[in-house]
Amino acid sequence: MDHIVIISVAVLGILALVSAVILFFVASKFKVYEDPKIDEVETVLPKANCGGCGYPGCRAFAEASTKNAKKEKSLEGFFCPVGGNDVMKKVADILGLEIEEKDPMIAVVRCNGSFAHSPNKVNFEGVTSCSFAHALYAGEGGCQYGCLGLGDCVDACEFDAIHMNPETGLPVVNDKCTACGACVIACPRDIIELRKKGPKDKRIFVSCVNKEKGATAIKNCEVACIGCGKCEKVCEFDAITITSFLSYIDFDKCRLCRKCVEVCPTNAIWEVNFKPRKPKPVVASKPVEKPIKVEVKKQEIIMETKKEEDSNTEKSEK
Amino acid sequence: MGLLKTFVLGGIHPPENKLSANQPIRALAVPSQVVVPMGQNLGAPSRPVVKRGEKVKTGQLIAEAGGFISSHLHSPVSGTIFKIDNVMDMSGYRRPAFIIKVEGDEWMDNIDRSEKLVTDVNFTPEEIVAKVKAAGIVGMGGATFPTHVKLMPPPGKKAEYLIINGVECEPYLTADHQLMLEKGAEIVVGTKLLMKALKVGKAVIGIENNKPDAIRQMNELTAGEENISVQPLRVKYPQGGEKQLIKAVTRREVPSGKLPIEVGCVVQNVGTAFAVYEAVTKNKPLIERVVTVTGKALKKPSNLKVRIGTPVSFLLEEAGGLPEDTGKIIGGGPMMGKAVATMDVPVVKGTSGILLMREDASHRPVEGPCIRCSKCTQVCPMGLEPFLLSRLARTGRFETAEQESVMDCIECGSCQYTCPANIPLLDYLRLGKNKVGAMIRARTRK
Repeated sequence: MDHIVIISVAVLGILALVSAVILFFVASKFKVYEDPKIDEVETVLPKANCGGCGYPGCRAFAEASTKNAKKEKSLEGFFCPVGGNDVMKKVADILGLEIEEKDPMIAVVRCNGSFAHSPNKVNFEGVTSCSFAHALYAGEGGCQYGCLGLGDCVDACEFDAIHMNPETGLPVVNDKCTACGACVIACPRDIIELRKKGPKDKRIFVSCVNKEKGATAIKNCEVACIGCGKCEKVCEFDAITITSFLSYIDFDKCRLCRKCVEVCPTNAIWEVNFKPRKPKPVVASKPVEKPIKVEVKKQEIIMETKKEEDSNTEKSEK
Repeated sequence: MGLLKTFVLGGIHPPENKLSANQPIRALAVPSQVVVPMGQNLGAPSRPVVKRGEKVKTGQLIAEAGGFISSHLHSPVSGTIFKIDNVMDMSGYRRPAFIIKVEGDEWMDNIDRSEKLVTDVNFTPEEIVAKVKAAGIVGMGGATFPTHVKLMPPPGKKAEYLIINGVECEPYLTADHQLMLEKGAEIVVGTKLLMKALKVGKAVIGIENNKPDAIRQMNELTAGEENISVQPLRVKYPQGGEKQLIKAVTRREVPSGKLPIEVGCVVQNVGTAFAVYEAVTKNKPLIERVVTVTGKALKKPSNLKVRIGTPVSFLLEEAGGLPEDTGKIIGGGPMMGKAVATMDVPVVKGTSGILLMREDASHRPVEGPCIRCSKCTQVCPMGLEPFLLSRLARTGRFETAEQESVMDCIECGSCQYTCPANIPLLDYLRLGKNKVGAMIRARTRK
């Protein structure tokens, strides 16, 4: 009886010893060195796994950035849009590098073809998918560049930052936007663009992407950019360019002087989060409908940001 | 009846509603202005060769083929090129087009305008292909694939059968039916020319047996021809689809993702055969076509011979005006046609019909949940599983949709027609095809 126990213990003991030796050698042979910094970087990342940085998730970003930091001694091309400068500062500290601060960005919807501005000419009853509708037809309002209003961008957003406004039929971006760029990719008509958030969230942009001639564009939508070139002429900073009847404001050059907003005949240029300007004699001499349209614009802006609501409405009523 | 040939897999039989059957083809007057879009064929759009303000004659070349899969374009009227501009097409997108102001009707000198039947077919295959190419002929059934490309099989492939498509399986449409009744002899000559061009020994004209008069007519006309036979087919939609017709006539199956030439078949529409006859024997380019204008509320459903570029509103006027309760105007048939965005859109080479739907029939019923009845799978003529593919497209799983052969879908709409829960299956399938197509293109570019 006794020796059965001894034999069992001995066999198992030898087996364990042999396995341990094998495992030791295998483990040392196939050891994968992983930079402990990768884990450190990953812990400071926001773990949104949105892909906004261009990598498939935060772990991949941490791996790639750590590797690059070791090799190239720089973090150029690496930016976490969700975390922004704060997170990138932490990442740089871990990796022992310096980074240039980037301006925070936000998604901007460059279409103002609401039901009021671009009345429906046909009715669409298909599935609610912009990419399907884009392949099928031009759009209910008739503008082949404008927003289809079926919400592919809303579906793409992981941050609850973009919603459809049922009154206008257009998506509205709120403060939760992290500029990950998912909606930009989802939009089949390239209407959404990532633009500089601007100082105190002030920004100016052309809210139209219609590349048609002015007469055709205005036929479908009364707030379309007609490519008249007035904004280009009035801009002192060379920020505005017009290509194929469409104005574009370079946000790096724009100094937010608002001159282009004043001259735009169709109110296609938007100013966001500015204080309403004081009534000047020049404005008073302009045609009557101008102040009314300005008011409409202001209302839209309030819907977008819900800031300074009281002061805005008060002053625009004057 | 049960003995008649048809394709095996799936298929439906919607109410035929051939309201304009046996209405003789009427030639429509030339409108005061025509709009000729440059992209009237599948593939690359044509390149203009005339300038604004230039005088053109009827049948004059105004745009040449813009690539290998592309076709020439001719002026359907005589007059002045008023503008070359972007004009709304059926989908509402603005695409480049010629706007021609009509002045008189002066034809090119080399076009034989007589109605006399020419039976002389002594042309070499190369001559025929060259003439077909010069005439800018595209598939008249609606797909608008350039015909001359179809007549040049890729090296190593040999066509055995020419199948002439006189099926017209779409409900409402009667243009091909009427063309066979009135221009049967010409179609037979066109068939012979196509056979010569393809160097095939056998041609079959497939006609569904809801057109007994056309079957009788074509049988009589081909009585003396050993190589051409008429094949009556059982009525089933979508028998006019290329792959379905090949299966029905020859029992051969075109492999997934391959062209009909793979199984030695070339399919041409009867309208194409007629256009080939006119192009080869009379030098007449493709500048007019027969269009069915129909609808339940329409006063005079008709088959009209119209010049390319005529606005749809002009056709409707001829057919008795637009009825008041019209909810939708469809370019093409009810199954595969598309609703048009405006009445000003022009008739193009692929327009086989203009169909008016009444207001109460123009709206989609409320969508319900899938009850797993498998009807869509039973009727799919390509053997696909529409319920699965639509779900994959809806949830964005396009890689799986590609594995499930979404690209084989011919967009016939049988699944959506038969779905008791009114699920817009075809919409989702098209979405899936779009996305998967884009994925494949992105892959091949790399």
